[in-house]
Amino acid sequence: MHFCKSLAAASVAAVSLMAPAAFAQTLTIGLGTEPTSIDPHYHNLGPNNQIAAHIFSRLVEQDHLQRLTPGLALSWKAIDDTTWEFKLRKGVKFHDGSDFDADDVLFSMDRGANHPNAKASFKLYSHGGGKEFIKVDSHTVHVKTPKPYPLMATDLSNVHIVSSGAKGKWEGEFNNGNQTFGTGPYKFVKWVKGEVLEFERNEAYWGDKPHWQKVIIKPIKSSPSRLAALLAGDVDFIDQVPTVDVAKLKKNAKISLSQGVSNRVIYLHLDQHRDPTPFAKGQDGKDIKNPFKDVRVRRAISKAISRDLIIDRVMEGVAIKAGQLLPDGFFGRSDKLKPEAYDPEGAKKLLAEAGYPNGFVTTLHGPNDRYINDAKIVEAIAQMLTRVGIKTTPDTMPKSVYFKRAKNNGPKKPPEFSFILVGWGSGTGEPSSPLRSLLATYNKEKGWGAANRGLHSNPKMDEVLEKALASVGDDKRAALLAQATEIAIGEDVGIIPLHYQVNTWAAKKGLKYQARTDERTVAFGVKPE
Amino acid sequence: MTVFIIRRLMQSVIVVLVMSFIVFVGVNIVGDPVEMMISDEATQEEREKVIKSMGLDQPWHVQYGHFVQGVAQGDLGKSFVYGEPALKIIVQRIPATFELALAALVMAVVIGIPLGVYSGLKPDGRLSKAIMAGSILGFSLPTFWVGLMFIMVFAVMLGWLPSTGRGDAVPFLGIDVSFLTMDGLSHLFLPALNLALFKISMVIRLARAGTREVALQDYIKFARAKGLSMRRVVLVHLMKNIMIPVVTVLGLEFGGLIAFSVVTETVFAWPGMGKLIIDSIQSLDRPVIVAYLMITVLIFVIINLVVDVLYSILDPRVRLQDVKS
Amino acid sequence: MSDVAANGGPADQDMVQRAKDAAVETPFQRFRRDFFESRVATVALAVLGVIVILALFAPWLAPTDPYDLAKVSILDAKLKPGAKSLDGMTYILGTDGAGRDLLSAIIYGLRISLGVGVMSGVVALCIGTAVGLTAAYFGGRIDSFIMRIVDIQLSFPAILIALILLVILGKGVDKIIVALVIAQWAYYARTVRGSALVERNKEYIEAAQCLALGHNRIVFRHLFPNCLPPLIVVGTIQTAHAISLEATLSFLGVGLPISEPSLGLLISNGFDFMLSGLYWISFFPGVALLITIVVINLVGDQLRDVLNPRLQK
Repeated sequence: MHFCKSLAAASVAAVSLMAPAAFAQTLTIGLGTEPTSIDPHYHNLGPNNQIAAHIFSRLVEQDHLQRLTPGLALSWKAIDDTTWEFKLRKGVKFHDGSDFDADDVLFSMDRGANHPNAKASFKLYSHGGGKEFIKVDSHTVHVKTPKPYPLMATDLSNVHIVSSGAKGKWEGEFNNGNQTFGTGPYKFVKWVKGEVLEFERNEAYWGDKPHWQKVIIKPIKSSPSRLAALLAGDVDFIDQVPTVDVAKLKKNAKISLSQGVSNRVIYLHLDQHRDPTPFAKGQDGKDIKNPFKDVRVRRAISKAISRDLIIDRVMEGVAIKAGQLLPDGFFGRSDKLKPEAYDPEGAKKLLAEAGYPNGFVTTLHGPNDRYINDAKIVEAIAQMLTRVGIKTTPDTMPKSVYFKRAKNNGPKKPPEFSFILVGWGSGTGEPSSPLRSLLATYNKEKGWGAANRGLHSNPKMDEVLEKALASVGDDKRAALLAQATEIAIGEDVGIIPLHYQVNTWAAKKGLKYQARTDERTVAFGVKPE
Repeated sequence: MTVFIIRRLMQSVIVVLVMSFIVFVGVNIVGDPVEMMISDEATQEEREKVIKSMGLDQPWHVQYGHFVQGVAQGDLGKSFVYGEPALKIIVQRIPATFELALAALVMAVVIGIPLGVYSGLKPDGRLSKAIMAGSILGFSLPTFWVGLMFIMVFAVMLGWLPSTGRGDAVPFLGIDVSFLTMDGLSHLFLPALNLALFKISMVIRLARAGTREVALQDYIKFARAKGLSMRRVVLVHLMKNIMIPVVTVLGLEFGGLIAFSVVTETVFAWPGMGKLIIDSIQSLDRPVIVAYLMITVLIFVIINLVVDVLYSILDPRVRLQDVKS
Repeated sequence: MSDVAANGGPADQDMVQRAKDAAVETPFQRFRRDFFESRVATVALAVLGVIVILALFAPWLAPTDPYDLAKVSILDAKLKPGAKSLDGMTYILGTDGAGRDLLSAIIYGLRISLGVGVMSGVVALCIGTAVGLTAAYFGGRIDSFIMRIVDIQLSFPAILIALILLVILGKGVDKIIVALVIAQWAYYARTVRGSALVERNKEYIEAAQCLALGHNRIVFRHLFPNCLPPLIVVGTIQTAHAISLEATLSFLGVGLPISEPSLGLLISNGFDFMLSGLYWISFFPGVALLITIVVINLVGDQLRDVLNPRLQK
């Protein structure tokens, strides 16, 4: 075997002799996910967007903390209540040499919303709120909305810009590279599904020139295998390091870790609609009225859970306890809400007050392959609730089955479960998206409450949220969003936040990754130390 | 023989159709591919659009009708996930899986037969007992566990071989294969051995059992009595006879290797069909699941046919026909 | 045998005694003598006995009930083998990621693994036997039709069939048993038919038919008992197979739910901990699985040697 290795090494050496600089500047990444397409408008999904971030740019970019920075638009401002003006960057070229201008913006917005084969389109971002795009001149675009629309720049930071030369060309032409032309830091070289994805540096990139000349991405789904590949030196850098390995890797002198809190909160939904609810029974197994409708029971459950213990024992310290929808430092967060303190006695007291001195019997459902340590968290919570008298059975299943059964189709077709564990990552980097989807009253026309799996509803919160979404002034909006969060979580305990996920990346010594709150893994974030 | 083959093929068509029906209906009951596909933030309107674009708004029998119509024109449907024809996605993965399965098969024969014949000739020897104990172990070790142990020991602790993935591939007869490059071979070794382990044990036992039975028979005794060297007896007379069961079983087991590569490919991140089917099950990519099964069934049918024909060539006593009434 | 003979005098007596015994011993006695001739098989059988007892009486033999959530504490998670719990109990094999005593979890896991293996084996054996006997006894079109189905099914590997079924059925003990039964019955059917065909042409069946005994009586009283030896062998090996298959399917994420942790599931749960040095969480269940399968295979192997008339000198 040594012989094989040395032969392989020799052949590599021969190649590197021909292009020594190129070899030294290659980064090989072991990625836990794979995109479903290279077409940036095909599938609005984390793994796709992180790949698209290499090849394509957006009008407005989000930095590693999801703060907005100029992208293909140099500046933007509201010129009146319902019009935003975007000034475009000049002299930017697509990878095929064609020039970038306002036509490409209009084309991309339309394509992002109306891609015929899209699995999840970008319509919410490109046309949500009734946006209308107007070309003023070759490098100025106006966006009009019927009502004031404060989230304009945030929305547009999610839509990738492609060349208008892609007219009539869809995902097939992007996957094979024929039409894969963006303005991003990397050019597409090739994609062999399940095997490898290759990029080379765009020497004409408009922003900071990325360090790596060539990037090779290998999808390795299994976490132990991915880690093994890094330890064996097959890849230079991996994402989604399992929490259980973090402590040991910290001590490994050959490895350098990067950690950062994400925008993803892990929380519990409780059925606040049906009566009785299918998964809550008396200790004798008979139907009882839905206990989750009582705010005291919801708060008791929150108090019965030791978030510290979960983080320490299940998450290996790699998570931050949560009391609301987004961690510290994000826009629109409430300063008043703190994570509920562990108080089993208080929980028992509240349960007794609510008329359940002996507790009740329930099942906590959760996925087992979606969030970090999800199944183990469910088990730990079941243990804790059982100790205060709520006899809880943990039941976890693969996400493919779980999300169908946990789907909320409105009050007439509520989820199958009564009590579930879910997570939510806020792509906009502020709380309006989770408030709208998770806690607002279900309303199909408005597109509210789509993921409100507990069918929580409080008109007071809806009203404050509505006001917030129409406030252009940042300070006012931030205050209203914080107020809405305080009503929904502080007063109502509409959901029970547990913790914010912390993501870990690992690289071989000498490299450093700038951790991102949006959980993305991007080659241009990896730099020599 | 022609009649036999035609009958066999017709039967296979029925099998494929029945399988496709069961699987198509079956996978339509489980999970919700839409929920897997769309983003968390999608509105109800968005969701309905996707459901429609994937044809899931139709009742299942209408969907099945469309599917059968498509199949008649060589179209197995479009992958929900990739949006590309399911057939194309699977065919792209076939070379990697076949390469792995063939490598495992070669290992099984090269390692298994000599060990098996040896322990068959000297059933009471200490080495033979060790070989048999090893083969029982080989039967009993769960593949996934061994795969991870391999990675732990050979890639991480010793650093001799790469841990996962497929090496550099070069075109060979129009197909990209990795066993012609050094990098490819070093990537191939561990997964192939992992996959072969079970088959090595099986070949050892077949060869041993065959050897023991054949060695007792008169013609071998006669050959020995005639003064032929042990070497010649083993290589010519014995081999010829134990090859029949070995070829049959291995032929059939080639299909087994392809199926079992699901486990090995998952552990070693080998980009073949097996990994594709597991990924597709996880993401509920129904068209790919159904197409995978139909193609696998076809591969099996072909393998069985080839084995039967080979069998009849190796053993003239066997006539090609269906089970006698 | 040979080392007994080398002992001289007493051995001769022994041989004589044996010859006498052989004259009067029943087939079962002969079987017993042949089986225990191999020391390895004897030990294997003893170990298997211990495993079965552990599995059957798990609630009384295990130190704790690992699935009583009121007793398991996350505070005890990931303790090393030999560590003590908060209330002073020693975890001989350590604890897993949820704070369960690993020894207890393994004993309970054995129960589920063996239960799934044996249950699916028994059901598959019954179905396979019924089908195989029917085919062999009636012959003709019935036989060729049944055997066609069996052949087709056998041309697909069990893992593929089980995988498809579980994708459709979902997770659960009942579901995996159904999947394993469907994946296995054909092996039994083929085995039974093979030996029944040989028996069918023997005189005693003809005689029974001449006596105009009923189909059922002939099949179950005469044909079936004579097909038993190969069935026992296949049954043993298939059970080991089923246990291993269940572990593999659970590893792939389509087997058992987390609430029914078999050995396979324990191993795959412990996987995440392997590279972090917490080897015991998946190592010990792996060893338990390995021992179980190995001893069953060893017993099956010896059974095959003993029951195969062609190898009897």
